[in-house]
Amino acid sequence: MDAFFTYGFLQRALLAGIFIAVACAVLGVFLLLRKDAMIGHGLSHITFAGVALGLFLHMMPLAVALAFSVLASLGIMKLKESAGLYGDTAIAIVSSLGMALGIILATLSQNFGVALLNYLFGEILAIEPVEVWLSMALATVVVVLVVGNYRKFMSLTFDRESARVSGIRVRRLDTLITILASVTIVLGMKVVGILLVSALIVIPAAAGLQLASNFKAAIVLSCGVGLVSVIAGLALAFVLDLPASGMIVLVGFSIFGLFFLLRKGKI
Amino acid sequence: MDSSAAEKKPLISVENVSFNDGYGPVLLDITLPIHEGDFLSIIGPIGSGKTTHLNIILGLLKPTRGRVRIMGKDLEEFADWPKIGYIPQKATHFDPLFPASAKEVVAMALGPSRLLSRGTRRREESAIRHALQVVGMEEFKNRRIGRLSGGQQQRIFIARAIVNGPRILFLDEPTTGVDAETQGYFYDLLDRLNTQEGITIVLVTHDIGIVDKHISQVACLNQRLVYHGSHGEFCRSETFKDILAGGHLVSHRH
Repeated sequence: MDAFFTYGFLQRALLAGIFIAVACAVLGVFLLLRKDAMIGHGLSHITFAGVALGLFLHMMPLAVALAFSVLASLGIMKLKESAGLYGDTAIAIVSSLGMALGIILATLSQNFGVALLNYLFGEILAIEPVEVWLSMALATVVVVLVVGNYRKFMSLTFDRESARVSGIRVRRLDTLITILASVTIVLGMKVVGILLVSALIVIPAAAGLQLASNFKAAIVLSCGVGLVSVIAGLALAFVLDLPASGMIVLVGFSIFGLFFLLRKGKI
Repeated sequence: MDSSAAEKKPLISVENVSFNDGYGPVLLDITLPIHEGDFLSIIGPIGSGKTTHLNIILGLLKPTRGRVRIMGKDLEEFADWPKIGYIPQKATHFDPLFPASAKEVVAMALGPSRLLSRGTRRREESAIRHALQVVGMEEFKNRRIGRLSGGQQQRIFIARAIVNGPRILFLDEPTTGVDAETQGYFYDLLDRLNTQEGITIVLVTHDIGIVDKHISQVACLNQRLVYHGSHGEFCRSETFKDILAGGHLVSHRH
């Protein structure tokens, strides 16, 4: 336990992890109910291209990834609307494009293999102070915007047509939620890596939805699962000397399994 | 239409509205005033443009020609949407696992946020309680919406539609898939909203069975407005006989 207070990198990881976990968990509930769970997966792949470009140009990978992710999310929205594609077709197209660009950029500049691997598999323990502040600020913005528009988002997710008639600007909210998702993905990437980031969004929300009988409970439970996953996952990773990203996701999955069994009355 | 209604300014007026969906005309030159206190049923066979007509009034579709005025304002300028209650046809087709309590569903129609002053929150609570009382669903307020029966869900959607104290309530095929007894309760409830709460009701349906009991006005659509008048006259009209003979509409007159 003392280690948490002795090592700065552990404190930073924990601090950033907590903020990011909450942002992912809150937004995750909305994304899941909108049947947009896969957007996390898709955007994380385009984020890979952003990171590769950032490393290639010697710019802050997090910032480049953020720009890439936001643009890609808007692209997915546009594709869905105007190209008459099914939801996950647009996601599949954009995510493979991201992966392709990432692979090409990685090959072009052969000397950043390790850094790129860190982004792929997540290295929260290596998070830098400036990234901690950036993550905390962005996560706070995400949570404030979601909570501030909570009722509108809920209404839009539940019954789009009624939401439109009640005067809600549905397109504007769609755009907002998409942008928030892309920001959250980039943040989550820092914690568990590109390959696991969608887990941070999907698993806590899915676990919360197992037991929630109302919307508020779903959000609170999701946040709880996200927080416990990050805190317990980091602690286990430190104690057992295993990768933090994998442990965080494993803890989350265990809680999901527990909630699932509880709902089924098996426990 | 009786003369006193004709003198009043209509709550909603549809003026020479036509709509073409790109494949052909759906509505042709519809002019239909809706007055305060009306209980209007818009009937017509499936595919006659009823829902399109409703969607144009609600601003969900733009008419190809003509205009709509709501409470004296052009549709584009109208902003007082809380005064319009709406229950879409697909209202009960929501995700049954959606984690919202009945009370939360009703609250969806209220203002933008929950981060409100204590006074506003108290007002909201009492508006929700009143709406739930009117539809007789207060004891189910904490039940998850997906765990209520179809009829109970429909009542919750009415509560959601009236929680802002609307002047007019639009319902699109509200009784599809609801059993006869529940339907009876449902129409009595609409009648009560109309007479006691003073809400103008516009009901879109292909089911003319309910015309007998509750409706004051009937508008019959079949691309054009083929009939508009009081319910009594409608039942004696040639249009009605044609419809029955043609079997276009469901009829189970009591």
